[in-house]
Amino acid sequence: MSEALLVVAHGSHLNPASSAPAQDHADRIRAAGAVGEVREAHWKEEPSLRNSLRTVVAEEVYVVPLFVSEGYFTEEVIPRELRLDFEAGDWDSEGTGAGSVTVEPADVDKTVHYCGPVGTHDAMSDVIVRRAESVTGDPGVGPGAGLAVVGHGTKRNENSAKAVEYHADRIRGRDRFAEVQALFMDEEPEVDDLTDYFRSDDIVVVPLFIADGYHTQEDIPEDIGLSEDGSGRGEYDVPARVDGHDIWYAGAVGTEPLMADVILERAADAGADLETRTEADAPESARGGGD
Amino acid sequence: MGVGTEMVDRNGSNGETGGLAEAVASLRAVADEGADFDGLAVRRDGEGLRLSVPGAEYRGLGTEEFAARAHEHAAYVREWYVWHQQMPQEPAQWDFLRWVERADECHPPDRRGRLTRGGGVAREWGQLSVQVRLADPEREHGRDSGEGSLDADGDRRRRRYTLRHVDDADMPAVQLEGYTDPHDARRLRKEDDRGRYRPLSTAPTLQRGWAFVGLEPAELVRAVEGFYPATVTNWHHEREGELDVTHWEETVARQTGIYGIVQTWNRGEGHEHVDRVAEACCDDSQCLKRREWEYDADTPLSVDGGDGVFPCREPCSLVVAAARRWTRLEAEESRTYEFELTPSEKAQVEEIVDAVADGRVGEVREADFADGANRYRARFLRAKRFEDGDLCGVPTDRDEGGGSGGDTDDSAGEEAGGDGDGAADDGCGESEG
Repeated sequence: MSEALLVVAHGSHLNPASSAPAQDHADRIRAAGAVGEVREAHWKEEPSLRNSLRTVVAEEVYVVPLFVSEGYFTEEVIPRELRLDFEAGDWDSEGTGAGSVTVEPADVDKTVHYCGPVGTHDAMSDVIVRRAESVTGDPGVGPGAGLAVVGHGTKRNENSAKAVEYHADRIRGRDRFAEVQALFMDEEPEVDDLTDYFRSDDIVVVPLFIADGYHTQEDIPEDIGLSEDGSGRGEYDVPARVDGHDIWYAGAVGTEPLMADVILERAADAGADLETRTEADAPESARGGGD
Repeated sequence: MGVGTEMVDRNGSNGETGGLAEAVASLRAVADEGADFDGLAVRRDGEGLRLSVPGAEYRGLGTEEFAARAHEHAAYVREWYVWHQQMPQEPAQWDFLRWVERADECHPPDRRGRLTRGGGVAREWGQLSVQVRLADPEREHGRDSGEGSLDADGDRRRRRYTLRHVDDADMPAVQLEGYTDPHDARRLRKEDDRGRYRPLSTAPTLQRGWAFVGLEPAELVRAVEGFYPATVTNWHHEREGELDVTHWEETVARQTGIYGIVQTWNRGEGHEHVDRVAEACCDDSQCLKRREWEYDADTPLSVDGGDGVFPCREPCSLVVAAARRWTRLEAEESRTYEFELTPSEKAQVEEIVDAVADGRVGEVREADFADGANRYRARFLRAKRFEDGDLCGVPTDRDEGGGSGGDTDDSAGEEAGGDGDGAADDGCGESEG
């Protein structure tokens, strides 16, 4: 039975960078030959979620949401738009434990394995660490350095914070970094107070976001004092000196090439017969950031 | 492959032998179930094998006689083989590839001639020009060279596709920026000629200057779908009479989060508001899809759906996002304002609205003072008639004594975390109000 991978992401009507990670990771997976058919679909771009399954040739489709947490999008919007008979309880998750469910979409004759989002997969912890390595240029980064995993956080969805805390806890448990702290934009502990939470001279800041956009390029850099208000997108130094610390700000973790492997892990966990590794592990061998 | 290389080729050069022989063998293998395609009919009956093409019929053939007759009518046999063994068999792709070369319009010998001569056959798909030729890969420079002479289309000519912007269709491909990976189309579609982001793939603003050359059939479909996602599939569904259209009412009814508000725009007072949405967003000047959705299944809109080749089966995310804004704006009541304008100034205001609505602003010449949408003219009007940002000093909202209009929220809300930052799935924006 033929198999396909469908990566679903948010996309944007305003920001072309929003859909870049989905495209780039799909290209990496395709280049690695990990699965016969790889497609993307977006909530705000095309193909729309509504039109996406019909563009897939294979009968067996692994749908992996390129989202950071379990919540409104993964539990309501995506299943509804893909016409899957799915309810949040089907994942039997407390917020970070989504696996996969197998369902038949209402409008196409296919079998869909609907997977949990990449953001709550265990392998995501590795991507966060990899991001810390790549932004510092130090494959051994950790000892003597602090790591801040930053999420949006919102009182409207407690799962948003759970995903961030989950990975911060896991990485802390590895005793690699001197300190690990989960911080948020919209709830306590807040990223504004970054330096209050660390004693280490070097602080690596990895936002648990899928794509670079307003939050990762303007909000958070301003919140932690990397750039002046309104100084413009992406204008900050790496590292930047703030309150006696060197801040290594990584930008959205979702653009990290290794993320492609998390997508594959999700599909493999759901039963897909595929290679779970791209060449993202090998330096410089993966297709670059896309363009 | 290549089983037939030792067979005698009755018809042409050595190069043709292998492929045609294999095609003949394949055709013979399906004779029991029968084949009837593009004028060629083959089946097995009590007398033996039977083969017919327009103007000729052969009965009671043994294996060797069958092969001989098949070689005589090689074009039919080759085309049968191409469309059953080589082309993508997924129905929508297959249908599209047939459409591209107008395969249903002539029989295989003519078709292959047409595909070989000159530039082959070209068709337009939105702003795409698709050109297909039968070419010998070994004689064409580029990545095709080196393909084996044993390929099934025995004379080695294979279908190769060139994809360009319709306005570049007469431009030699070598003068355009060449692409070979069909997936690159997804990135080319993202910006227009001025480098501006195109959130709607089927807006008539596709950039020019590129060419995909030497694409194979499946690659062509991939590139076309990269430019215009899902168009091939839905077009095919429509041709099969199976397009599932979701009308405005139903689309709006299923919205949740920040888009749920659009449901309140339908007040059971007709569909004028949706007519305006369609006129604003779905006109051929704005989107090349042909709108097939209406207010609901029983209530067509009053505006034209357009002439596009491929259908639009439901209001897209752009329409829904715009409708969210209009739902809020249209909740306001009209008021009577009093402005002092000269007749020319009134006409100029209208000209400016037209220029913006028609996307003409960028074309207004710097020193064309006859054009009301000229920048100097607009600046003069503002200098004369605006006071503190208000037209003729008349406050927009009299109750509040002036200032900005009723629509005061920021545009970021429109995107609902749609910078894709990941805020997207934590409920930022999307699940508010």
